[in-house]
Amino acid sequence: MTDTTSKAPPTPARRAAPPGRGSRRGVPPSRSWRDHPLRRITPWLFLLAPLALLITFTYVPVGNMIYYSFTDWDGVSPDRNVVGFENYTQLFTRPELFRVFFVSFYYLAASAVQIVIALYFATVLSFDLRFRNFFKGILFFPYLVNGVAIGFVFLYFFQDGGTLDSLLSWFGVGADHAWLGDSESANTSLAGVSVWRFTGLNFVLFLGAIQSIPGELYEAAQLDGASRWQQFRHIIAPSIRPVLSLSVILAISGSLAVFEIPYIMTGGATGTSTFVIQTVKLAFQFNKTGLASACAVVLLLIILVVTWIQRRLVPDDKVDLV
Amino acid sequence: MRKKPLSAALLATAMLTVAGCGGGGGSTGEAATAPSDPAKASGTITVLTNRTDLVQDGTMAKYAAEFKKTHPKVTVKFQGITDYEGEVKIRMNTDNYGDVLLIPSVIAKGDYPKFFAPLGDTEDMAKTYRFTGKTDVRGKTYGIANFGSVNGLVYNKAVWKKAGITDWPTTPARFLDDLRQIKARTGATPYYTNFKDGWPLSSPWTNSVGSVSCDAKASDALATADKPWAKGSDLNVLDSLLHDIVHEEMSEKDPTTTNWETSKTDLAKGKTGSMLLGSWAVNQIRDAATKAGQDPDDIGFMPVPVQKDGKFCATMLSDYQLAVNTHSDNKSAARAWIDWFTEKSGFAAKEGGVSALSSMSFPEVLKPYQDNDVKLIERSEAKTEQVNAIDNASEIGLAKQDYRQKLIDIARGAQEGSLQDYFDDLDKRWADAAATAGN
Repeated sequence: MTDTTSKAPPTPARRAAPPGRGSRRGVPPSRSWRDHPLRRITPWLFLLAPLALLITFTYVPVGNMIYYSFTDWDGVSPDRNVVGFENYTQLFTRPELFRVFFVSFYYLAASAVQIVIALYFATVLSFDLRFRNFFKGILFFPYLVNGVAIGFVFLYFFQDGGTLDSLLSWFGVGADHAWLGDSESANTSLAGVSVWRFTGLNFVLFLGAIQSIPGELYEAAQLDGASRWQQFRHIIAPSIRPVLSLSVILAISGSLAVFEIPYIMTGGATGTSTFVIQTVKLAFQFNKTGLASACAVVLLLIILVVTWIQRRLVPDDKVDLV
Repeated sequence: MRKKPLSAALLATAMLTVAGCGGGGGSTGEAATAPSDPAKASGTITVLTNRTDLVQDGTMAKYAAEFKKTHPKVTVKFQGITDYEGEVKIRMNTDNYGDVLLIPSVIAKGDYPKFFAPLGDTEDMAKTYRFTGKTDVRGKTYGIANFGSVNGLVYNKAVWKKAGITDWPTTPARFLDDLRQIKARTGATPYYTNFKDGWPLSSPWTNSVGSVSCDAKASDALATADKPWAKGSDLNVLDSLLHDIVHEEMSEKDPTTTNWETSKTDLAKGKTGSMLLGSWAVNQIRDAATKAGQDPDDIGFMPVPVQKDGKFCATMLSDYQLAVNTHSDNKSAARAWIDWFTEKSGFAAKEGGVSALSSMSFPEVLKPYQDNDVKLIERSEAKTEQVNAIDNASEIGLAKQDYRQKLIDIARGAQEGSLQDYFDDLDKRWADAAATAGN
């Protein structure tokens, strides 16, 4: 490619080639690789591998899942009958199947906390500060730890007389509490673990966005006498809005689909069951793969709808600071 | 124009996927019969097992080497699977699930002929083997038990002695009294639920159905019961006992963070008084005692504290059953392995289980049962399929942990409700499910 382009004489006329052709440096049509018969499929050849993977591992399974949701399949038996919308009817006529969504509010509240913490640290650490990179590392580290390991670590942490209790006892707080013992404190504790784990991710996203703000803006603001808060309010917040709204979308869909942390730590006992845990139990404990697939489809639709509403409320407009 | 290559790619991948998943031919129905001459049986067989520990420490390889002495042309390979149920279930959607495997509990009994090769007529098999009823489908047997186990309470004799108790409690009320004494006099946790790990709440308790009424068919009766938790029924007595233990705070203080491995050591060291388990657990806890520097003989085994007509009864039921994959190319070699493993390996005795061979005597672990005239009843499996169907339809999960976890939560006040309300709710769910499933 470099060969052909370098040979092309950069005449002014060619430079003014129609923009639709894509290239600023035009080439003589007669000798172009673009006219090769294979040219049109070349991009598809490159795309073949990723598309094959994407289709095999994403779209075909989703298609299968949608198909299963219309059957009474138990997950192993070679026989399955198509039962139409029976699974969906059942799902919507059994309120207890939706009650578990209330647990999501704990995680939703936790996500709000998480975003605020992440935003605060991202802002602070985007200014010149001693040990800045060290703190960045510390904040991001929890996100790198495997979710299963986190589950186990915090199981010991919340144990009766475990790490948290002994920590509290140093400060003289009555330390003898079964943190996972009743449903409110269990859910709060689990949501706390989720904040611990995912703050790092939000933090890095925000930090990246903040650091892409041109430094002159701060300088100008400082000359105008803007305080740190005013800088945040009028420079940082508007410029990271797309990332912020992305984080909110991720937080909401994440809260609806919480799974790992409660599944590993409590297995959904003591009122910590979430919609996904319930789905997994329907599929693998009670062999109702059909009904569980219907649950999964409904969850997918709920998340799509929530995201759509969010995009309508907060349109993804261009950030234009300068 | 732009769409063409995409659709071609889509089509290609779709075809690839279809081709990849199109396995799973029908079952042949061919029986897995033992080779007439062990020396002539040949082939390489893969054995799926849930005992990853025995695969890793080489115990299984030793068995295979021993087997090779009599069957020189057969090579046995093992695949230890940690999440046995979950993984094998998915593999069973293809033809490739080993030659010999343990029948996952998720497979409906009626589907056995689709997945496994018949091992013989049940009538004949029952003469030599125990527990054949569990895998009997229309007169053919599809599995031979790994071993069987007897249900009961594993307890620390030293702790009970320290509390001044010498006799086995004969009623739930006496058992609760004993636990109170243990709590008051020894400071040990009288009973350990293993709430977090869950399975110690499901199988040992549900498997004891039959111990209360001393009826081998108590479990079958659930298929037609409209109120399985009615007063005096097996499930009512057992679940009430569990409820009372927890309600009177005689179990561990924070059940949500329990740990099975630790619980074994705790029982061995006398920090815990008792746990309801199967006889298989006794040897494991004795091992734990030896490792912790305690006397393994302190670990005792007693029946569920209920008597019927002045006698203790204990249910005896089969562990996983070994079966031959119906798609296996080496069925006779696979059968030879099962036969050898059951008859010659000594595995059952080593695990403290009851051998599947009716000619073999009971393991040493069960000696106190025999000395005290505990009646062992082999649980009938005639209606297991219907019971499981109702159980799944009702989403109660008799053999799952969730419903007893909720029972414990109610007992310790972590969830609202009373025991009777909960039983009523379970009864209703069971009856509703029975109306639609299982018949």
